[in-house]
Amino acid sequence: MDSRLYMSSSPHIRSGVTTQRLMLDVIIALIPASFAGVYFFGLRAAVLIAVTVISCVGFEYLMRKVMKRNNTVGDLSAAVTGLLLALNVPPTLPLWMAVVGSFFAIVVVKQLFGGIGQNFVNPALAARAFLIISYGTRMTSWTPPLAKAAEIDAATFATPLGALKEGGQLPNLLDMFLGNIGGSMGETSALALIIGGMYLLIRGVISWHIPVVYIGTAGLLAWILGPNGLFTGEPLFHILAGGLMIGAIFMATDYTTSPMTTRGMVIYAAGCGILTILFRLYTNMPEGVSYAILLMNVAVPLIDRFTKPARFGGKAHV
Amino acid sequence: MAEKKKAVSVLLNGLINENPTFRLLLGMCPSLAVTTMAKNGLGMGAAATFVLVGSNLVISLIRKIVPDKVRIPAYITVIAGFTTMVQLLLAAFFPELNKQLGIYIPLIVVNCIIFARAEMFAQKNGPLLSVLDGIGMGAGFTLAITIIGSVREILGAGTWMGIPVTVDLFEPAIMFILPPGGFLAMGFLVALFNKLTSRKKKDKNECKTGCGMGCPGCSQAANGGEA
Repeated sequence: MDSRLYMSSSPHIRSGVTTQRLMLDVIIALIPASFAGVYFFGLRAAVLIAVTVISCVGFEYLMRKVMKRNNTVGDLSAAVTGLLLALNVPPTLPLWMAVVGSFFAIVVVKQLFGGIGQNFVNPALAARAFLIISYGTRMTSWTPPLAKAAEIDAATFATPLGALKEGGQLPNLLDMFLGNIGGSMGETSALALIIGGMYLLIRGVISWHIPVVYIGTAGLLAWILGPNGLFTGEPLFHILAGGLMIGAIFMATDYTTSPMTTRGMVIYAAGCGILTILFRLYTNMPEGVSYAILLMNVAVPLIDRFTKPARFGGKAHV
Repeated sequence: MAEKKKAVSVLLNGLINENPTFRLLLGMCPSLAVTTMAKNGLGMGAAATFVLVGSNLVISLIRKIVPDKVRIPAYITVIAGFTTMVQLLLAAFFPELNKQLGIYIPLIVVNCIIFARAEMFAQKNGPLLSVLDGIGMGAGFTLAITIIGSVREILGAGTWMGIPVTVDLFEPAIMFILPPGGFLAMGFLVALFNKLTSRKKKDKNECKTGCGMGCPGCSQAANGGEA
């Protein structure tokens, strides 16, 4: 019996959840979206996914080696970053640019700031921002999904948000829900992303606050700030278009770069939603999800300080 | 002999040991803002060096006449005089470069490298050493921002000094000639510079302590003292 008395510092109750298991869950949740990407855009999309995942894991391994740190490839976080990066770029992106993006995500944004848990913004999104600033035309030359390529005789194809900005023909909502539209490889199919999101919710990897508040705020604001005066917008169109779904479910919920408390999460997600719609409606960019999340990522330390809960018996901070 | 040695060390000081950009991190504003092209870096470096040498010389000559209380306005007036000269010279002989560098030429007046050298060096040393210090520091600054400009121009525009060098190798990443690329290139170069020159610094530190125990001995001593 004596041997059952342990002396140790907290925490005393452990859940058995490991980083590796969490990351594996995220990968499983991204499988529907990846398949949808390959289904709609062809095998080229699968090659792109393979390249970003392999290069992200490779850079993680090399960087840890160079810095003489213990290796963290096994926690699968680099694989998740690679997968998310592939899902966030056009399917036609040249492969070497995908490798450059992986380098930026893993080496610059993640490892130089201290590796997993230390990155100041979401690495995959930062890499997407890097690519879109550096190679603007490549990152915005969209191809039509395979099913539509036959009927539309054009090499390029506007995304729904691009069409909205430039006055093109808007796709119908069902196509947008299923993913039969132009766009980044993994962002088009809302259905596949929602399936993945449900899986994450059931597994308890993410809580509902960030996705629901983010999408809700964006929808509400899109409805209020309609094109023909107040309350004339189309919330469903804005919710299904562009990267809002993948952003709200998979990018904004990254543990490292989202607030710790529920109150903080609500503020953070609402900020993401407001910025996304403002970017979409009032700037010259068609899409604003990535910049909105990156900006709110940077604000997270402030939000955390502002929403610090009072410890038991103590005084509230704010 | 000793004086000669000192003069040489003062001259070389600015290149590596106290490189104003990579080691002292002074003058960040022009180092980040005008280094979109190697040529701009070179031009900016030359202009700043001219002002640095001139102001160091004059300040070191007047250092005993100027009362301590008003030395800062006096130094700024001297620096501003040389800056105006540079600006007029550039406008007359290199109008294109003058246009490229724009506001950053008049801003040499408030360049911290020049002011730091006036305060830290010219104020305490004779004219000859001050001029040498100005040349060394100016060369270090020019070298550093030309390197930053080269890296950014090659990666961001695929050219060097305006000559295409990477025509078919890769598509240049435009970000490197935009502000975020400036910070990125600067960060990586400072890290690289410190990596390459850090061994030297370490040796020096060991010599300074002179306790014969080396660094572990010192940390032990510190721990013991606290306990």
